Amino acid sequence: MKVTEKDVIYVADLANLELAANERGRMVRDLNSILDYIDRLNELDTSNVGPMAQVADRYAVDDSKGGGDRFGYASRDDVLEGLRKSLPREEALRNAPESDGTFFTVPKVIER
Amino acid sequence: MDSSILTIEAARSAVAQGKITAQALAASFYDKIQKEDPQIGAFLTLSKERAIETACRIDKLAADGKPLPPLGGVPVAIKDVMVTRGVRTTAGSKMLENYVPPYDCTAVARLEQAGAVVLGKTNCDEFAMGSSNENSAFHPVHNPSDTSRVPGGSSGGSAAAVAAGMAVIALGSDTGGSIRQPASFCGVVGLMPTYGRVSRYGLIAFASSLDHIGPLARTVKDAAIVLGAIAGRDPMDSTSANVSVPDYAAEIEKPVRGLKIGVAKEYFGEGLDSEVRKAVEAAVQKLASLGCEVVPVSLPHTAYAIPTYYIVATAEASSNLARFDGVRYGYRARNASMLSDMYRRTRDEGFGAEVKRRIMLGTYALSAGYYDAYYLKAQKVRTLLTRDFDEAFSKVDAIVTPTSPTPAFKLGEKANDPLAMYLADIYTVTADLAGIPGISIPCGETREKLPIGLQILGRHFDEATILRLAQAYERAVAA
Repeated sequence: MKVTEKDVIYVADLANLELAANERGRMVRDLNSILDYIDRLNELDTSNVGPMAQVADRYAVDDSKGGGDRFGYASRDDVLEGLRKSLPREEALRNAPESDGTFFTVPKVIER
Repeated sequence: MDSSILTIEAARSAVAQGKITAQALAASFYDKIQKEDPQIGAFLTLSKERAIETACRIDKLAADGKPLPPLGGVPVAIKDVMVTRGVRTTAGSKMLENYVPPYDCTAVARLEQAGAVVLGKTNCDEFAMGSSNENSAFHPVHNPSDTSRVPGGSSGGSAAAVAAGMAVIALGSDTGGSIRQPASFCGVVGLMPTYGRVSRYGLIAFASSLDHIGPLARTVKDAAIVLGAIAGRDPMDSTSANVSVPDYAAEIEKPVRGLKIGVAKEYFGEGLDSEVRKAVEAAVQKLASLGCEVVPVSLPHTAYAIPTYYIVATAEASSNLARFDGVRYGYRARNASMLSDMYRRTRDEGFGAEVKRRIMLGTYALSAGYYDAYYLKAQKVRTLLTRDFDEAFSKVDAIVTPTSPTPAFKLGEKANDPLAMYLADIYTVTADLAGIPGISIPCGETREKLPIGLQILGRHFDEATILRLAQAYERAVAA
C-alpha cells in the first residue's frame, strides 16, 4: 500500500476537492491499484535520458524559420490588445453563477 | 431522406445541383436524429438556429450558381468539448451543464467557413476522460452495431452519430485514443492528426501536451477533406504548427506500391483478441498484395506506454481542471459560507468519479516528494517511446497495428475497474505520447458482427501517407 487514507486527504486538499468519507476508501484502493501498475516504469534505467515535456521540444513547428529557431513553439509579434479584443463586460459575466453586474461575486474570503 | 447522402461529395453535389437544399438536407438529418437518437444517445445539444443560418448561406450560393466551398451544405456534428458561440457546451460534465460559450473553437469555425452545417454537439466522457463514454454526466451512448455495447470513448457520441448516419462527419478529440478507439468500435474512420497540425483553440483542455482534434467519417476521403479544412497554423494557438497543409484529397490518390509498412510484434501480444488479430493480419496481407513491402519493426517500450500516459495525462489534467472553481462560469455549490468551502464543494459536486480520480492521481504525481519518482520518470520514458518511433520510421513509411485489443465491450463490463478500462487504449496512447498521426479504419467484423479497426501510424506531419494507405486498403476491400 503506497497511498494511505491520510495521503488521500492531503492530496484532496491540494486539489481543492472535498472527498466525502465514503469516497475515500474507494480512492485509496483505486490509486494503489493504478500506482502499482505504474511502478513498472522503474524497470527502465532512465539515468541518461532527458525528459520530454512537449512534442515541440523535439520537432520542427515553423517552416518559415531555419536552424535552431525552427524548433520549439512558433512565436508571434507582440501586439497591443493581443489578437482579439477583450469580451464586453456583460458577455464575460453572462455565465457567472453570481455577479453584481460589474464584478463576479463570491462568498467571504477571510473569516473575521 | 435520401439515404445515399452519407458522404461529403454526395451532400455537396446534391446541394450544388439543386437536388436538395442545404436546409432540407439538415432537416432530414434532424428527423433521423429525432427518430433514432433516443436509442443511441449520441447528441447532447442540437444547434438548429445555427444550422439553418449556415444552410441558408449555402443555399443562396447554390441558387446563384456559385461554386460551393469544400463542405458546402454538409451536416456535421461536434464533440461537446469544443466550444461553440451561443450553443451550450458541457464537456459531458455537470460542471458545465449550462455553459454557453462566448466564442468559437477554431476547428469548428473553419469547418463552418468551409460550408459545414453544424447539427449539434455530441456526447462524450466527462472532460474526454474515458474509453467507453460511460463517464458522461448525462447519459451513456449505445453502439449502433449492438446497442448493448459501448461505442468506445471518449468521442463515443461523434463515432456513433457518424456510424448511425445522423451526421456525415463529426469532429472528435484524441488524448490517448479517443478518436481512433471509438472509430474502431463503431466501424467508421477516425483520424488523429500530428500534434500541432490542427489548432486546439477553443478545445476544453484535458492534457495540453497530448490533446488533438480530428475527424470521424464514413470514408477515408472524407477524413482527408475535413483535415484539409481544419489544419494549419492558428495565431490563437501557439502550439499549432506553421507547416504547409498539402491537398490531402489529392494525396490519397497516389499509388502505394513500394511503400514500406512496419509490423511491430509488441502490438500483437498478450490480451489481443484472436478475431482482431486475424482481421489485422489479413489487412497487412491485403496491403502487401497492393505492392507494399512488409517490414518487421520493434517498438520495445510499448509496454510502458499506459503507465507513462496515466502520469503525464493526469498531471496535466490536474492543472488544467483547476480553472473550474465556480467563480466565472459553470456550476457553483450553494450556500457555502466561505470562498474555500465554495471551491471544494463546487468541485466535489460538479466533477464525476473518474475526473476526481484523475485529478487526484495527477496531483499526487506532482506533489512534493513524488515529482521525480512519477512525473519526471514518465517524461523520460516518453522520450524513450518517441525514440522507438524515430528508429522505426527510419526503416518504414508507416506502421500497421490493431486499433484496440478487443471489439466493443458491453456497457457496465469495465465500469468498476479503472485499470481494465485504461488498458483499452494500449495500442493508441503511444501515438499521442510521440505526437505522431494515426488513423483507424474498418477492417472487417467479428462473428458477432462487431466492427474491427486497423490502425495506421505515420511520421510527424505525414498524414498524407497514412491516408493514402488507408484509401488504398478501403478501395481494395470494396472491390
